[in-house]
Amino acid sequence: MFSSSLGKKYLMALTGIVLIGFVFVHMAGNLQVLLGQDKINAYAHALQSLPMPILWGSRLFLLVCVVIHAWTAIVLIRENRAARPQGNEVEVTKRAGLSSLKMGLSGTILLFFIIFHLLHFTIRTVYPEYNDMMTTVGAPEGEEVHDVYTMVLAGFQHIWVSVFYIVAMFLLCGHLSHGFSSVFQSLGIRSDSWRVKIELVAKAYAWVIFLGFSIIPILVLGQMLDFISFFEPSLFSNSLAVR
Amino acid sequence: MKLILRVWRQDGAKDEGRFETHQLDGVSEDSSFLEMLDQLNEQLLEEGTEPVLFDHDCREGICGSCSLTINGLAHGPEDSTTTCQLHMRKFTDGETVTIEPFRARAFPVVRDLVVDRSAFDRITQAGGYITVRTGSAPDGNAIPVPKDDSDKAMDAAACIGCGACVASCKNASAMLFTSAKAGHLNLLPQGKAEKDKRVLAMVEEMDNSGFGNCRNYGECSAACPKDISLDYISKLNRDHAAAKVRKIFS
Repeated sequence: MFSSSLGKKYLMALTGIVLIGFVFVHMAGNLQVLLGQDKINAYAHALQSLPMPILWGSRLFLLVCVVIHAWTAIVLIRENRAARPQGNEVEVTKRAGLSSLKMGLSGTILLFFIIFHLLHFTIRTVYPEYNDMMTTVGAPEGEEVHDVYTMVLAGFQHIWVSVFYIVAMFLLCGHLSHGFSSVFQSLGIRSDSWRVKIELVAKAYAWVIFLGFSIIPILVLGQMLDFISFFEPSLFSNSLAVR
Repeated sequence: MKLILRVWRQDGAKDEGRFETHQLDGVSEDSSFLEMLDQLNEQLLEEGTEPVLFDHDCREGICGSCSLTINGLAHGPEDSTTTCQLHMRKFTDGETVTIEPFRARAFPVVRDLVVDRSAFDRITQAGGYITVRTGSAPDGNAIPVPKDDSDKAMDAAACIGCGACVASCKNASAMLFTSAKAGHLNLLPQGKAEKDKRVLAMVEEMDNSGFGNCRNYGECSAACPKDISLDYISKLNRDHAAAKVRKIFS
């Protein structure tokens, strides 16, 4: 089923659909940071308290999708390079957009971003002190939960981290704008009359994802530089270099 | 008009190849690109050197023989046009024109600008036909065909198999050609009987010939002299998936 050239495109599209859906749910969850410490902490605690098979099942499923998506991309790119060993002396592009031509580059950087992001906020080995952030805010009666709110605000006060996150989300925006519309083409559920509409929706979706993810580091950076005051100011009072 | 021509010369499939620069004077704006190359070859013969080899046949834009990547564009700068129908008035006096063969591993260079496109013939042989007895022509109205279907089939059948789609694709994918040839027959009642078999066999042959994978750039359709739509690629993806699933459950 998936061994032919078209089969590999089906794999890219099917795993792509999962990841396209995942980024939206993840973004919607993140935006609860804007609603306050109790909301995001309670949400994070609820996710962490899901029954083991559901929590690890979903994580494993997403991981498998990322691995298949990346591995198939590598196979496809290798085959494509072999199919055209000698390029044109004069290389002209008539229709293809930059985001479609640079899917491999944006995808590679995004893969590194995913690994960093997991080490940063999930496994928390980049800054192990995040593990000690516990609070009763947003926790059930008489319990303590991990203080995701404080961790995220502290995390984005490292300027390089915020810049990396925002750049990665911009690349995700480009990756999605081509990937989203390609899903329809690769699975054969697109016709010329739908082409323009699907491409518009893909672009809109990509920008929504970019803004939804980037708004948090942008607000944190804005508050650090005293442009805005959105979050609890006490979380910004310490020396920035220490954080 | 006067032109500086940078022409690809290659003695055979194993030769590395190189560019050769020639100046050509007195080119008529009304001549076609191939007539301009004829003029270059006359000049080369007078100089006692080997003429440049290039493919051509009908020179009417319908046979699919002519090729050439001109200034980086398959069939040159004019949209929906084959090289033989491209006129020199599309170029400016004194312009440097770079002429290359259609480049793809599946299209090995035979010599100079001539490439071997028989991979396309093999894809067609794999399934680009319907199995019927030959003999007297059947009655034209014996099998009713909806107008929409016949229009779409005709648009796909407009493919002349020139290979510009492969040459313009960054991955040398033959999806536009294969999808046009399969789509043309799959749309018609006469072709529907062998649809699954056809799609699977043509895609398999396409993969075996060493073409690249489609990445949905759309460069193929932009370069196609017959404006074959990306729709047919979408349709081939759909038909192929359905054929695979049906094969699993059959």
